[in-house]
Amino acid sequence: MAERIYKGHVGVGPRVEGEALVASDNFSARYDLDLVKGIVSRKSHKLFGQSYVGKVLVLNAAKGGVATAWMLREMKARGRAPLALILNFANPIMAQGASFADLPMIDRFEVDITEAIKSGERVVIDPEAGTLTVVA
Amino acid sequence: MQRADQEGTSNVTRLSDYEKELLAGQHGEPRKWAMEMLLKVARIFDAEDMVEVTQVHLMADTEATGEEGVRFVEWIGSHPSAQSRVIIPTVTDPRGADFDAYKRVKQDERIVELERRADAAFRKIGIMMTDTCINYQTINPPVRGEHLAFGDTGSTIYANSVLGARTNFEGGPSALAAALTGRVPRYGFHLDRCRRGSTRFVVERRPKDWSEWGALGGIIGRDMRSYWQVPVIEGIEGVVTSDELKHFGAALASFGSTPLFHMVGVTPEAPDLASVFDGAPPEPRRIGKADFDRFFADYGPKGDKLDVVVFSAPQLSLFEIEALAKLLDGRKVSKDVTLIACTSPEMKTAADRMGLTASIEGAGGVLLKGVCFYQMHAREIGTANGWKTLMSNSAKIINILGGYGYDTHLADMATCVEAAVKGRIG
Repeated sequence: MAERIYKGHVGVGPRVEGEALVASDNFSARYDLDLVKGIVSRKSHKLFGQSYVGKVLVLNAAKGGVATAWMLREMKARGRAPLALILNFANPIMAQGASFADLPMIDRFEVDITEAIKSGERVVIDPEAGTLTVVA
Repeated sequence: MQRADQEGTSNVTRLSDYEKELLAGQHGEPRKWAMEMLLKVARIFDAEDMVEVTQVHLMADTEATGEEGVRFVEWIGSHPSAQSRVIIPTVTDPRGADFDAYKRVKQDERIVELERRADAAFRKIGIMMTDTCINYQTINPPVRGEHLAFGDTGSTIYANSVLGARTNFEGGPSALAAALTGRVPRYGFHLDRCRRGSTRFVVERRPKDWSEWGALGGIIGRDMRSYWQVPVIEGIEGVVTSDELKHFGAALASFGSTPLFHMVGVTPEAPDLASVFDGAPPEPRRIGKADFDRFFADYGPKGDKLDVVVFSAPQLSLFEIEALAKLLDGRKVSKDVTLIACTSPEMKTAADRMGLTASIEGAGGVLLKGVCFYQMHAREIGTANGWKTLMSNSAKIINILGGYGYDTHLADMATCVEAAVKGRIG
């Protein structure tokens, strides 16, 4: 299978490669995650109970409170962060949090990115170019 | 999926001479960090330049910052004051512990110690510790057209919508960057074009109390698909009070990640429908009794047992404290239930002076200052106190604590108080 490249907006953070964890749900670090166990803790979330640590987390929209702006950096310092965040729609909080943490983040793709990528696929994130590449 | 109103004309953000000096480090390392931080965000949102802001509302409880965030603020404070002090009035959101009362809710000393470190670090760089999310009611209400860097979703949505001021959600780090530079990137809700209505709701049943205003915010918030969507609400006749709009906005911002709404005939940018929509308005979604019934049913009781009743999120205004004091006056909260209310240090002092604290605490309730229940390590204090089932009149806190493993039940203030006195929900 050939490489697939998806173009989003210019993002923030370094280029990384890793495994995708995908759901069509929205995302808030404070309301949806157990930061001690490193799992999704909101019962109604499709990824409930799954570990997001070290994964390229692909979700729909940033939701909820403003704590994420601080939390991504703390999560990274404690080894409880995703490898990268890929969203259809980030909000300023997610952008600020990723900037503060230097965590790779891209949003606003030409397609619904949660439909385009499957969990378990290996992806390369290039925030400077604003691209997500699924490697064969 | 890209939206035209977010597409900038270039990726270049114009900087003033002063901003270039900041970026070059001529005003010290902390302000250099701040300008870099603002520029990264500017680039993501195609901001063409920076806008000067008049005040900062900093969200920075230690559950959010973690030790890493506190260390960062201490790093700023390790520089000479000319390089590290904030340059515009900067006030704080609720903190993670009430230093005078944390033992009453069995908060861990470790958590409180980190709070003390954070408190000292913020004071050192000139931040005013107001410790409140209702600064728009109690500290310095913004005015129409004023550009701000507000960092609590509730204070942001109220300042934008009810007061007609202009701010994005500036989370802790970027609010800190704004405090150190006096500016934020000009994008989003600083711009006229982002403040136009995008979705229309007609409310066919006016909410009856604060819990129902919160529920209405939750119902609309659940419909929101992105930060940029601006709901326009019609059908609300007559006056809506500050506390009603506060509960509505806080829930809308919590459920929907929404920084701005227009309420036709109520909020300043929406005297009529034509003022907020370009061209023909979209078909509305109608919200009636069935929607409220469904919403309350989603947060209905799972059993009869009750552990804790919370009035918070947002912190209570003086009027809400008075309402609670009247309901509790001469009553006794059951020994099986803890009743907690949270307000700002200023309103706590007022409540003390006016005898309202005595009514609440005399009935066995706990009135905390400078904190909000969900920002004071709610998961840990739940475990420490054996709290599982929680009842509140705040749709916002019901939403948040669902994610923290509590069984939450939404009801109006009087029903919550009755349950606290009886010691059970039914």
